[in-house]
Amino acid sequence: MHSDIAIELTDVSKRFGAVRANDKVNLCVESGTIHGIVGENGAGKSTLMSILYGFYQYDTGHIEVFGKAQYFNNSREALAAGVGMVHQHFMLVEPFTVLENVMLGNEGGKLLKEGRIAAETELKRLANEYGLAVDLHARVSSLSVGLQQRVEILKALYRGAKILILDEPTGVLTPQETAELFRILESLKAQGVTILLITHKLQEIMAITDNVSVMRAGTMVAHRKTSETSKEDIAELMVGRKVLLQVDKIDANVGEALIKVDNLTIKDAQGVERVKQVSFEVKAGEVVGIAGVSGNGQSELLEALSGITKVNSGSMIINGHEVSRKKPASPERMRIRGLAHVPEDRHHMGMVTSFSASESSILGYHNDKEYNGRFIMSRSKVRDYCRKLMDAFDVRPRDPDLKSANFSGGNQQKLILAREMERNPDILLVGQPTRGVDIGAIEFIHRRIIEMRDAGKAILLVSVELEEIISVSDRVLVMCDGVITGEVPAAEATERELGLLMTSSDAQKEVVA
Amino acid sequence: MKRFIPVVAVAGLMLSNAMAADISPAVVYDKAGKNDKSFNEAVYHGITKFTKDTGIKVREVEPTNEAQVGQGLSKLAKRKSSPIVGVGFSMASAVEKAATEYPETKFTIIDMVVGLPNVQSIVFAEHEGSFLVGALAAMKSTTAKVGFVGGMDIPLIRKFSCGYEQGAKYQNKDIEVMSNMIGSTGAAFNNPSKGGELAKSQFEKGADVVFSAAGGSGAGVYQAAKDLGKYAIGVDSNQNHLQPGTMLTSMVKRVGEAAYVSFSEAKEGTWKSEIKVMDLKAGGVDWALDDNNRDLVTPDMEKRMGELKALIISGHIKVHDYMSDKKCEY
Amino acid sequence: MSQSNSEMPFWMDALLLPFLNIMTAFVVMVGIFLVIGVDPVEAGEILLFGAFGYGEGIGYTLYYMTNFVFTGLAVAVAFHAGLFNIGGEGQAYLGGLGAGLVCLLLAEWLPGLLVIPIAILGAALFGAAWAYIPAYLQAYRGSHIVITTIMFNFLAASLMVYLMVNVLNDPSKMSPESVTFPDSVWLPQMHELFAMFGVEIESSPLNVSIFLALLASVFVWIFIWYTRWGYQLRTTGSNASAAIYAGIKPPRVIVLSMCISGALAGMVGVNEILGVNHRLMLDFHVGYGFAGIAVALMGRNHPIGIILAALLFGVLSQGGQELAFEMSNITRDIVVVMQGLVILFCGALEFMYRPWLMKLYLASKGENNAQEVTS
Repeated sequence: MHSDIAIELTDVSKRFGAVRANDKVNLCVESGTIHGIVGENGAGKSTLMSILYGFYQYDTGHIEVFGKAQYFNNSREALAAGVGMVHQHFMLVEPFTVLENVMLGNEGGKLLKEGRIAAETELKRLANEYGLAVDLHARVSSLSVGLQQRVEILKALYRGAKILILDEPTGVLTPQETAELFRILESLKAQGVTILLITHKLQEIMAITDNVSVMRAGTMVAHRKTSETSKEDIAELMVGRKVLLQVDKIDANVGEALIKVDNLTIKDAQGVERVKQVSFEVKAGEVVGIAGVSGNGQSELLEALSGITKVNSGSMIINGHEVSRKKPASPERMRIRGLAHVPEDRHHMGMVTSFSASESSILGYHNDKEYNGRFIMSRSKVRDYCRKLMDAFDVRPRDPDLKSANFSGGNQQKLILAREMERNPDILLVGQPTRGVDIGAIEFIHRRIIEMRDAGKAILLVSVELEEIISVSDRVLVMCDGVITGEVPAAEATERELGLLMTSSDAQKEVVA
Repeated sequence: MKRFIPVVAVAGLMLSNAMAADISPAVVYDKAGKNDKSFNEAVYHGITKFTKDTGIKVREVEPTNEAQVGQGLSKLAKRKSSPIVGVGFSMASAVEKAATEYPETKFTIIDMVVGLPNVQSIVFAEHEGSFLVGALAAMKSTTAKVGFVGGMDIPLIRKFSCGYEQGAKYQNKDIEVMSNMIGSTGAAFNNPSKGGELAKSQFEKGADVVFSAAGGSGAGVYQAAKDLGKYAIGVDSNQNHLQPGTMLTSMVKRVGEAAYVSFSEAKEGTWKSEIKVMDLKAGGVDWALDDNNRDLVTPDMEKRMGELKALIISGHIKVHDYMSDKKCEY
Repeated sequence: MSQSNSEMPFWMDALLLPFLNIMTAFVVMVGIFLVIGVDPVEAGEILLFGAFGYGEGIGYTLYYMTNFVFTGLAVAVAFHAGLFNIGGEGQAYLGGLGAGLVCLLLAEWLPGLLVIPIAILGAALFGAAWAYIPAYLQAYRGSHIVITTIMFNFLAASLMVYLMVNVLNDPSKMSPESVTFPDSVWLPQMHELFAMFGVEIESSPLNVSIFLALLASVFVWIFIWYTRWGYQLRTTGSNASAAIYAGIKPPRVIVLSMCISGALAGMVGVNEILGVNHRLMLDFHVGYGFAGIAVALMGRNHPIGIILAALLFGVLSQGGQELAFEMSNITRDIVVVMQGLVILFCGALEFMYRPWLMKLYLASKGENNAQEVTS
């Protein structure tokens, strides 16, 4: 029934510097279907979609949209041809209302008023037709992430999009919000909208798409009908070899508590409580996972534990040392006390992207005597040290002089993990260890974390990937709005149960407890 | 690199071939540059006149910083320029240094004394000229209040102020003389808006004639006087034409002529290392009367000015020079 | 993945690009010369001859270069810590005051060999102190350093006027200047130094400060890239949150780097006050602090680049002066225009040719890359 072709790419190539981001890519998307595009980080998915949306221009090849040859110089031209995009990071003006955001750049007329009335009517129609209910006069900043995404979709539709590209749309959503998004996508599809879904979550591909295309290293390696394939099949296509999706591990052999957190409260710069009277323990030899939608206090908790931010009230005992408001800590002191920290955002915190790999490999340990004389820091010793880390964690390419930014996400993460793990800490804090990391590296990273656990280290793992939390952790704590809403043994946890806890209010907390 | 030699040689040739006489005069302006609408520009006009009259070209250097002042002087000396005129008191140190290094070269410095055997120092009796215009201001004033706006607060400008005050008081011993300085750096000579403000406040306090010894800042003073229907007195060159009907007169300081004379002396072989005091008697300073201010000066006033001028020249009136003791007590 | 992030080989970025920028400035300059009726070839020859053709010219060129190296390094050090130090003017001015005060106070009591190091230290200290206040305000109060350093330039100017007019002036001089220092504290000038070894060169203001400038360059190079403090500084400048994560305290780094920056700018005072003018005066620093920004920018914030860029500015200053001296229709304003064009094309429009060069480079490299990727 979907015989029409919405998009057809023929031998599309795009090059950045030395990198061929897209190499002779072919793709055929049927009109009125949901088409998944999967691939590891750096496989070229985002570049391809940016070409489709007019952000980049292809070097060679041919693109047809609804049977018409197209070459988009900018996103305006793409929109005119019916291609809309919902970015991973929303392009919304937060202090504006939903209506104002949708109209932005499309005001219609010199005076806002005429345009506004017309827009309002049209938006109401769209919202009804596609089941995209949202208060048009609410400020965007007051909306939840899920609703903001809905505004983005509405924006694209309002501008006449018949093809909707969604780039990693579920990364910031709770399982419930994800389910809601998929409902919307189904209804859009029913109305004849074509949807291109970029994701690296295989279960989403299986759940919602009709067809799936797999990219690897800038090329299109396979097209499948979703009903005729499996997660394992796709994973293998993405990586180019068989991968283990499950983490094998023996039962935890638990020792004494190395992290004891008691009634901990942390406020942000504006004085808002981000972590509210949280108490928990992490013992030697176990992995404790903290699940939750990002922005619910996990980051602040990690930063307090690692000494970056101050504690407002309550206390923590880290490897026998007390930290409280009166006894503040610093990242430097925490490292000396045997705590290592793999931060959640490696570009923002974990490394300096403009530094060489060797320079990034000593971040936080730059005062170490191993490569420091009295005044002079020996670059060759730093380089040797970095090479050692790279060998231990199989970082590729093994070039200590290469700029940190030029490593793939997985290799950057491996370098950071190597830096933090190779100093044999007693406690390891890990935030989002596999965010933006390809499947092959995920497997490797999970194995190393388990190895550390088996070596009797206390590990606190923060992740928004429930699958990861469940498979790596021994116990799972769930955080919502700065509060720990529940604790579940990982072996018994289900995504559904965790999802409920992640959005639960205090009342539900009682029930679960 | 070979091509440089002809360039320099041609330049040298041009200098030695200069007609009339065997001098190759030069001038180094101060950091304000030759188009400063005031002191440097007056010298520039004098030089232009010299070139026109004699056909002898004058080399000019406009330095932008202290190092270039010295560099310009020594480079001119090396190229056998002589005499070299240094414009303004700020050149004193540099001229002293260059004159020591090049004892064969003649230097002339304006507005300052450098005591070396190859330096001619030209100073002006600004106090005498200021005395005259002070007296004229007192004659013209109906409010018995006159004002003075100085540029940079240095002894030289106080010398103007002191002479002006003496003249006004000599004419009318009950007169009130207000005095303000624009600033304490060289920038004060090029700040017309501040000059205008100070003049305005003096006018508001009752003054009806203001004398400005402030270089380029004077323009603001004259404008203020014109706007309020009062009188102003110009300085350095004859500025009567700037605001006819407003400019009561100008205290003329013949800087350009000093440079002109210095060059002429060198040409005729009469240039001497000496301190030349360009006073009223020598015509170095004067008050200006021309068609632009003829209507403002009554015959009585003109007659009185003639008397005063004669009295100063004859020595019957001794105008106190502020710079002799850094005091204005007379 | 935008184009500007892509990599070009080092030689293109660091050599070819600045070269093209300078050439563009020269082409525009040739146009201006033609309009005002100056033979550009002759002008170019005079400029180069003035800058390099004879001893005195070289001396002046290097003397100017010395100042530009100091301020260029000052801007670069701050830049590596992520700070834009616009206060080089004020710091240079205060540096001169520091050096001058030491000479005025101590020269009569102590031998010159003792006073000179103290005076150099004084210049560094005063320059650093003048940078410390904006640095402190930035680090602990969040006042933007660009704003505060600019304001401190004005404060420095006012302070100096007050001191030179009311406190430190020599009453026997009309200009607001101090007494001339005893010659025991004058830094040896290059022609004197050479004369000691029996070599005669033409006299110029060039003095031993140039060695200080070269030493400072080496110091900056080692400090930034070969010490843990430099590491902390660069980390703070490149990624402040990574620095905090690493246990570095950005406020301390800000203060430290600004003090070093200010001390380097203050060295201009050594060259000018101890080396050339031998007395305190007004406005000896004018222009060097701001030109330092262009020098650092052109020199890619690397000491070697800064020395080269400073040399270029030295050539323009001295050669330009020579040009104004030799050619009557080139006034000193035209010389300023020349310098301005270089700053415009090398500073403000630094990356004008980058996308174009990038394309060219990629086109030429195209075949090789295809092989690399497929292999």
